[in-house]
Parts: sequence; C-alpha cells; structure tokens
Amino acid sequence: MASGETHGAGRPDAGGPGQGELRNSVSVAIAGSGGAGVMTAGNMLLEAAAQAGYYALMTRSSGPQIRGGEAAAMIRIATHPIDGTDDRYDLLIALDWMNINRFAAEIPLGPQSVLAGDPDQGEPPEVFVKTGARYTPVPFKAAAKKIPNGWPNMIAFGLVGALVGLAEDALVKTVQKSMKKGGDALAGSLAAVRAGIEAAAGISGVPRIGSPPPQSPRWLVTGNQAAGYGAIRGGVRFVAAYPITPATELLEWMAPALKKVGGALVQAEDELASINMILGASYGGVPALTATSGPGLSLMIESIGLGITAEVPIVIVDVMRVGPSTGIATKSEQSDVNIALYGMHGDAPHVVVAPNSVADCLMTTQWAVHLAETLQVPAIVLADQFFGQARAVVERPADVAFAGERRTATAGDEGYQRYALTESGVSPMAIPGTPGITYTADGLEHNERGTPSSQAADHIAQLEKRARKLALLDCGSHWADVEGEGDVAVITFGSCTGPVREAFARAAADGVRARLVSLRLLAPAQPARLAAALEGVRRVLVVEQNHTGQLYRFLRAEYDLPGEVSSFRRPGPLPMRPDEIHRQLIEWSRA
Amino acid sequence: MTTPVKAQAAVTPQAFKSDYKPVWCPGCGDFSVLSSITKAFALLALQPENIAIVSGIGCSSRIPAYTTCYGFHGVHGRALPAATGLKLARPELTVVAAGGDGDGYSIGGNHFLHACRRNVDMTYVVMDNHVYGMTKGQPSPTTEPDWDSKLSPGGTGMRAFNPLVIALAAGANFIARGFAGDPNTTATLIAEAISAPGFSFVEVLSPCVTFRPEQREWKQMVRPAPVQSTDDPGRAARRLMTDDGMNVGVLYKGSRAAYRTAIAKAQRRPAELEEEFKI
Repeated sequence: MASGETHGAGRPDAGGPGQGELRNSVSVAIAGSGGAGVMTAGNMLLEAAAQAGYYALMTRSSGPQIRGGEAAAMIRIATHPIDGTDDRYDLLIALDWMNINRFAAEIPLGPQSVLAGDPDQGEPPEVFVKTGARYTPVPFKAAAKKIPNGWPNMIAFGLVGALVGLAEDALVKTVQKSMKKGGDALAGSLAAVRAGIEAAAGISGVPRIGSPPPQSPRWLVTGNQAAGYGAIRGGVRFVAAYPITPATELLEWMAPALKKVGGALVQAEDELASINMILGASYGGVPALTATSGPGLSLMIESIGLGITAEVPIVIVDVMRVGPSTGIATKSEQSDVNIALYGMHGDAPHVVVAPNSVADCLMTTQWAVHLAETLQVPAIVLADQFFGQARAVVERPADVAFAGERRTATAGDEGYQRYALTESGVSPMAIPGTPGITYTADGLEHNERGTPSSQAADHIAQLEKRARKLALLDCGSHWADVEGEGDVAVITFGSCTGPVREAFARAAADGVRARLVSLRLLAPAQPARLAAALEGVRRVLVVEQNHTGQLYRFLRAEYDLPGEVSSFRRPGPLPMRPDEIHRQLIEWSRA
Repeated sequence: MTTPVKAQAAVTPQAFKSDYKPVWCPGCGDFSVLSSITKAFALLALQPENIAIVSGIGCSSRIPAYTTCYGFHGVHGRALPAATGLKLARPELTVVAAGGDGDGYSIGGNHFLHACRRNVDMTYVVMDNHVYGMTKGQPSPTTEPDWDSKLSPGGTGMRAFNPLVIALAAGANFIARGFAGDPNTTATLIAEAISAPGFSFVEVLSPCVTFRPEQREWKQMVRPAPVQSTDDPGRAARRLMTDDGMNVGVLYKGSRAAYRTAIAKAQRRPAELEEEFKI
C-alpha cells in the first residue's frame, strides 16, 4: 500500500524542474546539541511559515539534561489545518550529530527523505543512514565562521525555508521581527540566512509546500497557552499550582495574564496545597483552576473528592505525560483516563473533558470552567503533552459564550439550606461575606443544611443530588466531534483525533468510508448521544494512546456499543502517526 | 427572596456559636477554645458573615460548624492551603484556620512551614493536646517519645516537635501560646493575632481528658510568660528553645510585610490577551 509515501490528504502536484515536488504538507526537523540554537531556528521557521500564510505545527524534543544536551525541533508546514505529525520527515538537518541518534524513532526518515549534516561534525549515524535517506553534506559551521555575527542555526533556517519553498521575504521578515535590536547581530543573521538560501540551490529532492491557502484570521499558539486563555475566558481568576512538566508553561503563561485581568496565581508548596488553595478560593466565590500532570493529579485526588462532596467548583487541567510514576515526563500518552474517571474513592460524580486539538484546548477548557461553575463540581481537563507543548498556526478559535455561571444564594434567605435537594441537583451556593446564610462546606456527609450526618437517608439523598446534577447535564453538541458516514466508526479522543482524521482522508481515497467520534466529554457518559451518532454502525474501532485500552474499557463499561468492537492502542512516547491508523482502518474494515 | 439582613452593630460571643452540639468529650479543652475564638470575634466587633473558619480533620477541626461564621471543613492536613486560597481570593474576609497537632504538624506539616514562610494575613489556631483523639489515642508529633500506645507500644522514640520554634524559623510574623483553661487570656491572644498583619500562629494547650488525662495538671503548670514579647527573632528563638512549653502569652511579634499576591484590579479585558497570539 502506498499510503506511507503520501503526505497529507490531497494529491501531490508536480514540481518545476530542479525543484522538489509540490506537496500540501512538508515535514522537517532541525537537530543539534544544546546551544546550537535549533529551537530558535525551529520557532523561526514556524513563524516564517505563518508569515507566508501557511498552517504549521512544531513539536520539540530534547535529551534528559536540564540544560544543554541534544535537541530537535520538528516542524510540519501545511496548506490546510493540521493537528498532528506526519508519518515521516522529508528533511532532517543536523547541525551536529552529538546523540542525535536518540531521536531516530521520533524523526522517522525514508528513502524519499533528505538528510543534511555538517561534514566537519562527522558522518551521519547508522540509524539514519539505514533508512535510505539521501545524505547531503552542508558545512554549517565553516560557512557561519565566514560571516561576521553569523550562526550555523541561521544558515539552517535559511536553508530549510528555501528548500520547503517559503518566500525569502517571509524568512527575512521573521529574522527582523525576532531581532528587533538590529545592528551587527541582525546583519550577521540576515547574511547567514542568505547563505542558507543559496546553499539550498545545491540540494534536490526536498518537497516544497504548495500555494498558501486563502488568508484567514490565525493564531500562533501552544495548547497550554490556549488552555490558559480558555480558562480566563471562562472566568477563572485564581490559580494555584506546583510546577510540573509538561503543565508548567500553562501556568507561566497564566501568571502575568491573570494579573492583567484582575486575578492571581500562587505557586504552592505541593499539589496537595494547590488543589486545596483553589478549593478555598472557589469556596470564596472566585472561579479557580490548577494545572498539573499525572503525578500531581494523583496527589490531588483526595481533595477533588472534597470538591465533589462539598460541591465546590474547581477545574484541574491534567496535561498528560507518559506514566506511571515519573514515567517519561516530556512525552505524551493518554494513560490518565482511568485516574481521571475512576481515581476518587467513594461514589464521586464529576466532569472529565478532553480537548482534541491545539485550538480546542481553548474551548474545552473554557467549557470545563462553565461546567464546573454551573454544576458546582470539579472538572478535570485531560489535555496532553502533545497539544500542551506543541506550538501551532491555527484558525482563530470561534468565540464561545461559556462563562462561569454559579448559582449563588441571596442574603438573608431565611431557612437557607446549602445542600437543598433541588430538582436539578444544583443548589444555590452562599458566598462568604453574604449575611444571614452562613454555612460550613463539609467533606463529611451532611444533610441539606450542611450539618454533618451519618444517617442513611441523608447519605442517599445527597449522593442522588450530586449524581442528578450530572445526569441532567445538557451538553448540547459539545460532547463530541462527530464526522463522516459509513457503517464503521472510530471512537477516539484527544491528540489521537488529528491522526485519525488524516487516516480517514487517506482511507476515503481507498474507498473506505467511516465515521469519527472524537469524545470531548468523557464524564458524565452520554450513552443516548453516542447511540444516535453510531446509528447503523456495525463495527467500532477505539483508538487511543496507552497500553491497556483505558478508553476502550471505559466505553465497554458505560456504553452499549453496536456490533463488533475492537481496540487499537499503543502507548507513548511516540506520537500516533496517521499511517498506522490508516493501515489498521483498512485491514480492519476489510477483515 | 427575603431582603438582606442589616448587619448588627454589636455581636456577642454567643451570637458566633451555632446550635450544633459539639462531638467533643465532656471536659475537652476545645470547648473553651471555641469560647475564646467567639470572644475574640466579639472583642474585634466582627460580623459572622465576614469571617471564615477553615479546618482539616480531627476533634478540634470540627470547630467551623460550631460557629455561625462561614466554615470550610476540608480534608486532613490541608486547612492552611484552603485558608490561603480563600484569603488571597477574598482579602477582605477575616480568615482563621483551626485544627489540632496531628492535622497541623504531621499530615499538614509541610503546609505549616510554607504558611509561615508565605505570611498571608490570616490566623492559625492549633489546639494542641499531644495526641490523636478522633482515632482514639495515637501519638502525634508533639507527643513525648516514650508515651505508650497500642499503635506505638513503648513510644515512638521520636523527639517531640516544637511548633513555636519551627514557626519562628519558617517566618511566622506573630507567635503566641495560650491555655484552654484560661479562655479570657486566650481570647485576647487570638484577637491580637487576628489584628496582627501577616501569618499569626496561636498554639493553645488544650487538654485531652480522655486519652491524656494527665494533662489536667497543665492548669498548675502554665504561667504567664515572664517577659514581654519581643520583635527580635534571635531573642525569641532562645526563649522558645529553652522554655518548658508552659509560658503563655505573645512570644514573638515581627514586622514582616504580609504576602502580597492577591487578586488585583483588572487592567485589561480578557479578550485583549489574544493579541499576542495573532499572526
């Protein structure tokens, strides 16, 4: 099957003589040891692609060293919106080879790929050579030495930009924008970029990106930033958190942003403190959030249960990484489904949502705030490292009106009962400072008034109240992205969604039609909605990035899935590639 | 909906007590600490709705519901972070965290250190009885190393924790010791603690008559601190390290500025934040 060789969903066009063929998606990687400036070059390539009117997505990888060590910037430029990486890279540029072999699995090359390296830094490692990629020596260091204030990474930037077909103007503007001080440094960088562009003339076989799509309002944003912004748009004004990879950037973005909009971020002493600080703030009436990753979520679990029992709305963003334990802190895996859904002791209904693209981190987090506030319940956002740390050119997300809408109680409401057994399950919350309706929020089971109670009747009534809030939730169309037709369906979530969409587009070219259900709302489960979405489906494939099929098992437990159900799963740290899902889809749909 | 109740001019200590009957044993020191806290509120002419009492788990942590203030009875050991979040989100409220020695010094020990360091403007009242009462008599961090119990026969062999010294070293701005048997003095200590800026720590010796009946003798052992409080941490450290734990009064009053990070006035609309993302 030829699917492994096609890039992107559309048909490749023919290129001009002496130039690489035109494609609607080109993937490149720039690697080198610490200090070589590969991240700078990568970010600039992303910005230049944005400048030239393309969509793009950059992921990054680095060695275990805190500072220095090998690093790789992986950039995909496309003529259409993209939410994932491609199957292989068209070009790998190595400024040097120090430990770059460690990235071999992450930067898959093939016989169509071009490998450019500095011959003065040694020969390319065997692991790359055996892919069949064509090696082209480029003396980055020696060339940079000849340029006053010129650096190898700027030559690489110019080279890659020219090879993939970005206009020189876009490259120059990007350099000017990133070096506003100007002077010798700017002159040196521009000269280096030009040297790179000239060097590109001697290299053939790298595909070029097709014409840019029509202009539209776009953002250059990371998933973590989008989530942080979504939280603020939803009304979050207090954040307490403990640093943890890969959630830290979300917090670092929010710290100054919150200050501007009248909020505050506190660095807590640990995750036990973070979660309880946000519970305290939200109890005080201020929508509050924390962000963490698996190990931190584990520490927070007990207190999330408190939020459920005391009915204090909070949002917890879990930027999932490879687990268990410390796992692989810098890499993505969708393996916190179980803890997010089932981590709490007791019967503890709560909300779990998952964004399914970089841009969707905004809407889904904003929605989580809305759900938490409206239902007075903790909401967990299962984001993942792939989106969190990916920086991408995305369509400006549509404005959604979700905002915190907490029902609060009125001063002096005689006979006020904080945990009144309302029809909706949601009871007005008294906010400290309001006279006449004081109460104690309690993790102890309680009666309607909030007084601790060990009576069976109170326990059952309050359990049902807390369950009712979620059971009656009308999530509208946001519970999932449902696309396509056909009698086979793929159910997935999070960062697998992009690769599944690409696999669908390729499968469509093979005549295979399928439906996609990308779940955004994991809890509370929506059996009626999924049943409607799967009407007429005879086979279901569940796609997820973990070892044990956590989503599959959850679906089996909570849903009555039609026909034959299979699981396609694979753990991190490597991102899901469209080709592996495409192959699975073809084999499975024909079996 | 009824109209808002007008705040009353003077609130008596009794008005801060709820009609909910405490779970405490007859003779428990916590009854009088509850009285001292409500007296302190009355002394300061506060209104119940403007006070929040935050606690974790344990006998003394049941205190919020015994008042007519806003209360937050959270999980074991996390009273201080919850109180911190509340105070930073709602700086105009009077926030009092309360609990016992197990809750505050063992499971919540890390938060105790960092609450002292952070120096948020709130008050922490610890009812210290050197034992876990709610779980029926296990040694706490302030229990003597040779105190025999079912869980730790022959004693823990661990040195007793000195909370006041730790608080001082970690940066608490106000440190006092009270005794449950003297509720009037304790009330004035708590009132002074609430009035003092930054993190105020009041350790109240509160006898457990059920599991530590020998603590009835504390009445004969406590005494007013022989010297005035100091603002010199070096001097305070020497006193706290060398006293027998029975000196009652304000023992240290510093001048550290309270923690500043709190919800600020908005300068920009949220929608303006997206400017930085635009291409």
